Amino acid sequence: MNFLLSLLILLPTAGALAILFLPRDKTGAIKALATGVAGLTFVLSLPLWFARGFRESAGFLFREDLDWIPSLGVRYSLGVDGIAALLILLTTLLSVISIYSSYTAVKTREKEYYVFLLLLETGMIGVFCALDFFLFYVFWEVMLVPMYFLIGVWGGPRKLYAAIKFFLYTLFGSVIMLLAIIALYFFNTTGFLWWKGLGNAPSFDILHFHQIAPLIPADLSLWLFWAFFLGFAIKVPMFPFHTWLPDAHVEAPTAGSVILAGVLLKMGTYGFLRFSLPICPSAASNSRVQTAVVVLSIIGIIYGSLVAMVQKDMKKLVAYSSVAHLGFVMLGLFAFNNAGMQGGVIQSINHGLSTGGLFLLVGIIYERRHTRQIADFGGISQVMPIYATLFMIILLASIGLPLLNGFVGEFTILVGAFLANWIWALFASFGVVLGAAYMLWLYQRVFFGELKHEENKGLEDVNLREVLTIVPLILACLWIGVYPKPFFEMTAPASAKIVAAVENARAAARPVPAAVAAAAPAAIAPAGAVPAEVAPAADVKGH
Amino acid sequence: MALPFPLSDLLVILPELVLTELALGILLWATVVKRENERVLAWASLASLAITAALIPVAVSFAGTLPRSAFGGMFALDGFGIFFKVLTLVAAAVTILFSLRFVGTSSYPGGEYYALLLFSTVGMLFMASGTHLVSLYIALELMALSQYVLAGYFKRETKSIEAAAKYFVLGAFSSGILLYGLSLVYGATGTLSLAGVSSSLAGSPRSGLLMVGVVLTACGMLFKIASAPFHVWAPDVYEGAPTPVSAFFAVGPKVAAYAIFARIFFAGFGPRADDWAPILAASAALTMVIGNVGALMQKNVKRLLGYSSIGHAGYALLGLLAYKAGGAAGQPESFGLWAVMIYLSAYLLMTFGAFGLIVLLEAKGYASESVDDFNGLWKRNPLAAGAMVVFLLSLAGIPPTAGFVGKYFLFSAALKAGWPLLALLGVLMSAVSLFYYFRIVRAMYFVEGEGEVQWREEPAVAIAVGLCLVGTLAIGVMPQPLVALAKACLLP
Repeated sequence: MNFLLSLLILLPTAGALAILFLPRDKTGAIKALATGVAGLTFVLSLPLWFARGFRESAGFLFREDLDWIPSLGVRYSLGVDGIAALLILLTTLLSVISIYSSYTAVKTREKEYYVFLLLLETGMIGVFCALDFFLFYVFWEVMLVPMYFLIGVWGGPRKLYAAIKFFLYTLFGSVIMLLAIIALYFFNTTGFLWWKGLGNAPSFDILHFHQIAPLIPADLSLWLFWAFFLGFAIKVPMFPFHTWLPDAHVEAPTAGSVILAGVLLKMGTYGFLRFSLPICPSAASNSRVQTAVVVLSIIGIIYGSLVAMVQKDMKKLVAYSSVAHLGFVMLGLFAFNNAGMQGGVIQSINHGLSTGGLFLLVGIIYERRHTRQIADFGGISQVMPIYATLFMIILLASIGLPLLNGFVGEFTILVGAFLANWIWALFASFGVVLGAAYMLWLYQRVFFGELKHEENKGLEDVNLREVLTIVPLILACLWIGVYPKPFFEMTAPASAKIVAAVENARAAARPVPAAVAAAAPAAIAPAGAVPAEVAPAADVKGH
Repeated sequence: MALPFPLSDLLVILPELVLTELALGILLWATVVKRENERVLAWASLASLAITAALIPVAVSFAGTLPRSAFGGMFALDGFGIFFKVLTLVAAAVTILFSLRFVGTSSYPGGEYYALLLFSTVGMLFMASGTHLVSLYIALELMALSQYVLAGYFKRETKSIEAAAKYFVLGAFSSGILLYGLSLVYGATGTLSLAGVSSSLAGSPRSGLLMVGVVLTACGMLFKIASAPFHVWAPDVYEGAPTPVSAFFAVGPKVAAYAIFARIFFAGFGPRADDWAPILAASAALTMVIGNVGALMQKNVKRLLGYSSIGHAGYALLGLLAYKAGGAAGQPESFGLWAVMIYLSAYLLMTFGAFGLIVLLEAKGYASESVDDFNGLWKRNPLAAGAMVVFLLSLAGIPPTAGFVGKYFLFSAALKAGWPLLALLGVLMSAVSLFYYFRIVRAMYFVEGEGEVQWREEPAVAIAVGLCLVGTLAIGVMPQPLVALAKACLLP
C-alpha cells in the first residue's frame, strides 16, 4: 500500500465534498456520512499501528514522493516514523469521536459543521505526514481555516473574538516560521546575507535538512531555532504565548475543543521534535537555550496549574490544565535524553486522550444544563452515576494515577528531567501535586455534596452514544497505563535518533581533548546503532 | 518616400494596431447603435480583445526570433512584454464582463465607455513592450488619459466626479515629475533608449544629476503603482469610481505600471541598482505598513480593498528591489522579477474575484458597499460566500491559493537579496491583513441577518468570478505551469 497516507489525507476531503452535495435538511444522512468517512479513515490508519518497521528503525515508512513544483524543488513527499504514526492514529481516533459526539450538540448549520470537521482532519493528517517543508507549511496553514470557522460559527458567546485571536496568534508564529523555511532553503542552495550556501540542488526535503543540520553555522542555527520556536511555541502553547488557548478552548464547540487539545497542540510539540531539534541541534543543545525553554516549560506547568485551580468555569479549568500538561511535554523533550524524549511523546498522546475525554465530558453536561460554572453543580453523582464514573476515570488519567496513562508519561518525563538536572524535576513535580489538587477539587465540587440546585435533580444520565464516545478513550488510557511497552517500542527508535542528533551537536560544540576524542564515538553512538531504547518503559513497569 | 523604419516593423505591433482600429470602429459604430442594443458593443469589445490576443502569436511569427526590436529601439516584442500583454488583455476583458449590466442600466451611453477601455488597453499593450523612455511615456499617458475619463464617466454622480478630479490632478502632477526625471536622465546620459541608458550608466561614475533623475522617475512610478508616500489617491478613487472601473484601476494600470517600472529600472537603471534599491526599500516598508494598517480602519469594502491594494503594491516592490537576487541552482538571476510576475498574475485573479463579488452585491447604483452588507451572505448565497472566502484567503496569502505562492516568491526574493527586515515586515503585515480581510468573512458567516443588499443574477459577472476562482485555486495547488511560464518570460 504505497498510497496509504495520500488516501488518509484525501478521504476526509472527499467526504466533505460529498456532504456539500447533500441537501441541507437531510441531517441524518450528513451525520451518517461524516461518521462513516471518519470511521473509515480511522480503520485505514490502523496499518500504521501494525507496521513492524517503526519498532526496528527510525526510518520513515509509507513513503510517497512525487514532483510538485520542480522549479523550486518542492515535492509531494509523505512518510511517517513511529512518532508521527502514533499522532496520526490519535488524530483519526479523535476525529471520529468528535464527529460522533456532535450529533445532538450541534443543531444549526450541520452541513457546514461536518464539512469543516472533515477538512480539519485532512489538514491534521497532512501535517503529520509531510516530509517536504513546503508541503508541511501548506497543511499547517490550511488547517487554521476550518478551525476558525468551527469556533466562529458554533462557538460560545465570545466566539468572534476567540476565533480571530486563535487565527491571528497562530498565523503570526507561522509566518515567521515561513521565513525560517525560506532561509533554510537558501542556505542549502546558494546562501543568503553573509551565510555561504552549500550549493545543493533546490530542495525542501526535511530528511535532507536533517542531514545537513551539522553544517549549519551556529549563528544561523540560533536564528532558525528561535524562528521555529515562535511558530511552534505558540501552537503548543508555551507560557508567555498561551493566552489564545483559554479563549479558543472555552468558546469552541465541544468537538472543536477536543480536536484543539487533542491534536492541534500536538502539532507544536511535533514541530519541535521534527524540525527544531533535528534541524537546529547546535542551537537547541546550547545550554542557555535549553535552560530558557525548560524554565518556560516549568513556569507553564506551575502557572497553568495555579490558574486552573481558581477557575470557575469547568472548560476553562481543563484549558489551563492543558497549559500545564504541555509544559510537562516540553520539559521532557528538552531534557535531551531518551527517557525525557519518550516520555514527552507518550505524554502528548496521553494528553490527547485524557484532555479530549475531559472536554467531551464537560460538553455532555453543558448540553444538558447550558452552563459550565462549577458553582451551578454539586451532588451530580447522585443523579448521573455512570457519568460520574466515566468522569472519575478520565480525571484520574489526567492527574497521573498509576495504572492509567498519565502516570506513565509524567513519570518518564520526570525521570528524564531528573537525569538532566534534578532541580528541574523538583519544580516539575510540584505540578503533579497541583494537578491532583485542582482536578480532585473540581470533582468534589461538581459531583459530591448535596444536590443543591433544583434544575440538576432531573438530569438524565449519559446515553449509549455518549458512553460510546468516552469508552474508547478510557480503554486507550488503561492500555497505556497498564502495558505501555508497545507504545514505547513504537516511538523508541525515532526518539533515540532525535536525542542522538542533539547529543552529537553538543559533543561537537565541546572542545574534546585528544585522548577522550578517541573514545568518544563509542559513547555517542549514532542513532542506528542504539538498540531500541526501551529502558524507560522497563523502569515504569518496575514501579 | 522612404520610411524611417522597415515596413516589417509594423507587423511586430500588429496586435496594438488592430486593437486601435477596432476601438475606433466601436466608437463609430456606437453612433448608430440604439440605446437598448448597446450590449452588442460590449460583445464587440470582447471580441476585439480576443482578436488582439490571437494576433500576438501572429506578430511573434512575423518577428522571427524573440526578442525582436522595432522602430529603432522604441519597441521590443519579447517574452516579458507578451506576459504583461496577456495580463492586461485579461484585465480588460474581465472589466467588460463586469460592466455589462452596470453600463446597460445606467443613463450614460456605453459606446464611449467600451472604446475608452480599449484605448486604455492599447496604452497598456505599448507599455508592456516599450524600450525607450519616450515610447514608454507616451504609452503611459495614452493609458492614463483614457482612465481619467473613465473615472469621471458617470458625470452626474458627485463621487465619480470627485474621483476623476483627484485622479486627474494627481496623475498629471506625477506624470510631470516622471517626465522631469526622464529629462534629467537624458541630460546625464545623452540617450533615451533603455539599452543606451544602461550602457552609459555602467561605464560612468555616479553623478548627482543622474541620481535626481532616477529619484524623480522612481517617484513618478511609485505614484502610478500607488505606493507610499504617493498612495493617497488610491482609496478615494477606488471608492468613488463605479465598481467595475475600480476593479480595472486596481489591476490593469498597476500591472502595466509594474511592467514599465521593471523595464526602466532593470533594463535601464540596472547598473545603478545599489543606488536606487534603498529608495524602493523605504517606499516598500512604508507602503506595506500604511496599506495594511490603513485598511484596518475601513468600513467600506471598496476603500478596504483600496488600502489593501496599496499593501499589495508594497509586497510587489519587494520583488523589484530584489532584482539582483540570483536564484538557486537552475533558477534565474532575476529572482525578484520572477516573483513580481507570479505575484501580479495571482493579484489579478484574486482582486478581480473580490471586486466581482462586490459588483454582484451592489445596492443602489454604486458606492455604498459597507462590510455590513455582507452580513449573513452564506445563507443568501453560499456559493458566493465560499468564493469570497477563497479570494480573501488568497489576498491574505494563506495556502493553498495563488496569493500564497506569489507571496512566497516575493518574500524569498527579499530575503535572498539581503533585505531580511523587509521580508519580516512583509510577513508580519500579511498576518495583520488577515484581520481586516476576515472581517468580511466574519460578516458573511458569523453575523446573522439579511443585509439590505440584494443578490443580483448576472451570468457574465458570475462566469468571470468563477474563472478567477478556478485560477486562484489552480495556481495555489499547481503553481508549476505559471512559475515555469514566468521564468521563460523574464527580461534577459
